[in-house]
Amino acid sequence: MHLVLFLIFAGLCLAGALNLLFQRHPINSALSLIVVMTSLAVLYLLLGAEFLALAQIIVYSGAIMVLFVFVIMLLNVGAEERTHGSRVAYLAGIPGVLALFAILASIFLSLTKNLGSAQLGGFIVSTSDLSRVLFRDLLLPFEVTSVLILVAILGAVVLARKEH
Amino acid sequence: MNTLLLFVLLSLLKVAIVTVILLTSVAYTVLLERKVVGRIQNRWGPSRVGPFGLFQPLADGIKLFLKEDIIPSGVYRPLYLLAPMIALGCALISISVIPFGAALRVHGVDLFQIADLNIGLLVLLAVTSVGVYGIALSGWASNNKYSLMGSVRATAQMISYELALGLSLVGVVLRAGSLRLRDIVNIQSTHGMRSWNIFGGFQFVAFFIYLIAAYAETNRTPFDLPEAETELTGGYHTEYSSMKFAMFFMAEYANMITVGCVATLLFLGGWSSPFGHLLPVIGGPIVQALLPVAWFVAKVFFFLFLYIWVRGTLPRFRYDQLMGFGWKVLMPLALANIIVTSLVLAIRG
Amino acid sequence: MIPISWYLVLSAALFSIGVGAFLIKRNIISIFMSIELMLNAVNLAFVAFAHHWHQVSGQIFVFFVMVVAAAEAAVGLAIIIAVFRSRETLNVDQINLMKL
Repeated sequence: MHLVLFLIFAGLCLAGALNLLFQRHPINSALSLIVVMTSLAVLYLLLGAEFLALAQIIVYSGAIMVLFVFVIMLLNVGAEERTHGSRVAYLAGIPGVLALFAILASIFLSLTKNLGSAQLGGFIVSTSDLSRVLFRDLLLPFEVTSVLILVAILGAVVLARKEH
Repeated sequence: MNTLLLFVLLSLLKVAIVTVILLTSVAYTVLLERKVVGRIQNRWGPSRVGPFGLFQPLADGIKLFLKEDIIPSGVYRPLYLLAPMIALGCALISISVIPFGAALRVHGVDLFQIADLNIGLLVLLAVTSVGVYGIALSGWASNNKYSLMGSVRATAQMISYELALGLSLVGVVLRAGSLRLRDIVNIQSTHGMRSWNIFGGFQFVAFFIYLIAAYAETNRTPFDLPEAETELTGGYHTEYSSMKFAMFFMAEYANMITVGCVATLLFLGGWSSPFGHLLPVIGGPIVQALLPVAWFVAKVFFFLFLYIWVRGTLPRFRYDQLMGFGWKVLMPLALANIIVTSLVLAIRG
Repeated sequence: MIPISWYLVLSAALFSIGVGAFLIKRNIISIFMSIELMLNAVNLAFVAFAHHWHQVSGQIFVFFVMVVAAAEAAVGLAIIIAVFRSRETLNVDQINLMKL
């Protein structure tokens, strides 16, 4: 059960990410990113993070990506063209990225025994557990992030406003 | 293995029954709307097909199904076809966490709820927030200025009012101390009407914020700017015809029903009787199981009627009024409600 | 029973694809989306480690990453709109002047 769900949604994640890479039009990239984020939410559920899974959908799929789609619609963005810069990026980037992935994957796979395995329901964090840590031990960082968000709102309004 | 199979089969049966009931009630909500709006405007509404026009939804369905399915040549096909499916899919998924009656288990399967989740309320919010894509993509993929205008308006409106909607529910969650919908109803079913969140829970401000924000979320009058026919012909579904139009149409009414269910669960005590334990216990176990469902349906019906009543009564907002109202009135009110509710709860202990 | 390392390899794969997309994409919105993809990949690693160590803090990290990502998206998209207003293009190769 766990394995089947993991394979389905990990496959969806990878397919979505690769589609993001290969699509020319930003709206297709945005939609494949939404697929990635929603499948990640299911993987979070498998890892017992129920609140985070739903927060992932609400915040990422439901708010951040809607903003992206909204901006793409608003600016009426067309498909991107290949330029000189992208050819350089292909030549230097693809081998570098493959090397990065190979190193990370080999490290993680060599640690397979030490890391053990994930069980369905092995470690479930309820919303109240999460909020207990967040609002007792980490209250100051939480308050600081609220200031961060306020600054971000002000910045967004100032930047996007039309100058008269 | 046998019990697992039985569980899966019963669950599938439950899903099928709930879907059929939901789609039927969508069809009859349309009829109800046409009838009530007709009476408000001093006409009869549909009255020819069957007694009191009761077969009208059937005729409408057959008509939409048999219409020619036109795909305009300028549209971006994949997204044009995907958009109505997203809209209807999200509208149907959100019913899956809603409990219709008191918990009643047969072979470990809860009869009156598809899935009882610890985070049911968040699932509802999540599905609502993903539902925006149906409208946003339909307008963009149609390649039509009216559709694009309609969907840009709808997207901006829905993300703005989603904040007020989410914040208005915090008071309810604080009072129940849980995101599970059954827990939220259970604390409201102790003393009948007095323990409902809207009265005994002092959440009436939150209730009105929720109701207004939900009207905006479902793009209904007075917030139906995305499909304001005088300015935008049909808004985001201008280019849609036949079944694809019907899917948007059904999604809108299914969303209305979901909003009615959520408002009932969160503010009007769900399936609990308004008279609490004042009424004597009547009937056998079957009546005892079905009576809560009847209360639930009655309350949801009240919300549907309210929706239609508002549509027949109020004119449409102007766009800047809509945005100003959402951000400058509803948001601060919702925040104030959270502060007051949490202060009261903290003082009471 | 799935080895934690599979989740981590998936996270590494998503992160690498994000880096690749960041380098190859020329549209500023797509570049921004690949940053979001990288953040998501890291989040998956955090949740997997939280599961392994049975610690809530890993999930709290994800929570903060989400908050920062939301703030970043709001400001970043506002910058993109401002850039589009003044240059009328979203191609990063053509946005190469500090001042017009």
